[in-house]
Amino acid sequence: MLVDEGSGAHERPSAQALDPFAGIDLQALEKSLLRPRSLFNAAASGLVSLMTCLALVPLFSVIWMLLSHGGKRLSLTLFTELPPAPLEAGGGFGNAILGTLLIVGLATLIALPFGVLTAVFLSQAEHDNRLAQGVRFAAKVLTGFPSILAGVFAYGSVVLLTGGFSAVAGAIALSILMLPTITLTSEDAIRMVPAKMHEAAVGMGATPTQTVWTVLLPTAVPGIATGAMLAIARAAGETAPLLFTALFSNYWLASHGHIDVMRPTASLAVLIYNFAGVPFDNQLELAWAAALVLVLLVLTTNIIGQVLSSRRLEH
Amino acid sequence: MASPLRVSTVPGGALEDALSTGLARPPSMRQRLVNKTFLTVCQSFAWLMALLVAAIVLQIAVQATPAVKQYGVDFLTGTTWDANTKQYSILPEIWGTLYSSVLALMLGSAFGIAAAVFLAEGFLAQAIFVTLRALKLQYKPLWQRLPDRAEHALRNLIELLAAIPSVVYGLWGIFVVIPAIRPLCNQLNEDFGWISFFATPLSGPGMLPAVIVLSIMLLPTITALSRDALTSVPSKLRMAAYGMGATRWETILAVSVPTAARGIFGAIVIAFGRALGETMALAMLVGNANRISVSLFSPANTLAALLANSFPEAGPKEVGVLMYAALVLLAITMLVNVFGSLLLTRASRHLEGAR
Repeated sequence: MLVDEGSGAHERPSAQALDPFAGIDLQALEKSLLRPRSLFNAAASGLVSLMTCLALVPLFSVIWMLLSHGGKRLSLTLFTELPPAPLEAGGGFGNAILGTLLIVGLATLIALPFGVLTAVFLSQAEHDNRLAQGVRFAAKVLTGFPSILAGVFAYGSVVLLTGGFSAVAGAIALSILMLPTITLTSEDAIRMVPAKMHEAAVGMGATPTQTVWTVLLPTAVPGIATGAMLAIARAAGETAPLLFTALFSNYWLASHGHIDVMRPTASLAVLIYNFAGVPFDNQLELAWAAALVLVLLVLTTNIIGQVLSSRRLEH
Repeated sequence: MASPLRVSTVPGGALEDALSTGLARPPSMRQRLVNKTFLTVCQSFAWLMALLVAAIVLQIAVQATPAVKQYGVDFLTGTTWDANTKQYSILPEIWGTLYSSVLALMLGSAFGIAAAVFLAEGFLAQAIFVTLRALKLQYKPLWQRLPDRAEHALRNLIELLAAIPSVVYGLWGIFVVIPAIRPLCNQLNEDFGWISFFATPLSGPGMLPAVIVLSIMLLPTITALSRDALTSVPSKLRMAAYGMGATRWETILAVSVPTAARGIFGAIVIAFGRALGETMALAMLVGNANRISVSLFSPANTLAALLANSFPEAGPKEVGVLMYAALVLLAITMLVNVFGSLLLTRASRHLEGAR
């Protein structure tokens, strides 16, 4: 920094009169940019910058492919028509969009109450509560759990038991993957409620249940919603656990006027997987369009979650 | 909560007055009942959650038992998978799982940690600031926040990589990665075919495209966790190093990275666990070939991809075998996580300096 005389003199006009560097040979302090140390420094900086740029190339490539390949097929018929048979032209994936919404919705219905009630227990438990420690450990194990094993579990416990692939089996598999996120973020959200609010409720004679329902949960709603949104976003993109639980279907959900959740159900992710391995151009285009719709769905959910969490921080 | 109210005897009867007006009263029988029930419900859900992991492991183990009895250890050491002769074994899949994960982890860690250093040490913000200073814009109201904004945007972009579903990466891998690397790979095979890594040509799906896509999927995890570890290094340590005349990179390599080593190792362990269980990108890109090869261009298979491809059409006999394979995958993932956390405490103990 000593070399940077110019700016120092600019800030202190009187410096020249005093000249603190009178006895020092400034030339000797100057460092050459060609020393091995400096060269290594510059090379390493360049390398790291280059690698960071390279890391972003796939992102832009994916976005470009989604927009160019998926965007050109984007039209209203995609949402209203059924997947085409091989060599058939046109078609859409309306049933897969509805299927994804149904499966993820069912999974949320299972995972949200389960996770929030567990979080209530965790937030009320004492620090050395064995069960609470066990639950937190279980949640941590589940976050690192291969998603396909959740599918294997749902296959073994639902598909084999009920005798067929179904939306419910897919929803159970997804809810296992959503559960740890919802539980841990909800616990955090409940714990973030200011202690004085909690104590005020207790001081007014509220029972723990009343405290939870009238003070803790309403205050923690934005945090819980953030966690739920992130979990939903993750679940909507999951494919592996759906492959052999919900399977796929070429037909609409509703038959004879009511929705049957115990039948094989289409989903966007499985449609992409199925069509990606097919040698027909029409199907491949549909796969790209479905990928675009799926990414938009996941991103929207993610962004809603982030907006909720940033609003929570402002308060 | 009710009892202290009842026993307390306040002179003057203020409390009794309050009680008699009905404004203050102990919880009614019904409220206490509701309270008790609700707390019990919460606790039972907590029990369910704690038992869920055990239930999953148990369920997979129970359904794998017949196959474990029938095939025993040969299942893990043999190389054939033939439904006609009822011969099943998964050594190629175990090899493929570990090989692809380790390669993807090496690639992903290199780029992920580089990006983490780039973000945590403020390279981008500084570069922009220097540019602005050259243009004398650095303190202008609109421009002075640009460095921070750009860095924030870059961080979000890298996190965006994690938001893209794996099946979309698989699709992208088929249509972008494979055509892009195929000429180079086949050239390498022609010229350097005697090196075992390049021993086969890349005819389509294969290990290398799968590894590239897998490493892209691991990158955001590694970057986010390593960046957190690097930014939590106390800045006085960095200042001390700069004060002693160290260059920026001497500071990074000798102070920042060793101090954050624990967090960076942790990130790599978590990423390894993810790589082992990742299914879709591999099922779409690795080629589903039952063979063991060190060649980067050869098709292979992994445990997760085997499960994904075989379960939908599995007959009752095959389900047991696949459950056995799932059990092996579960065991490998658990082992990696346990050993990882042990290694983490071991390895980082002497790297971490005083704080």
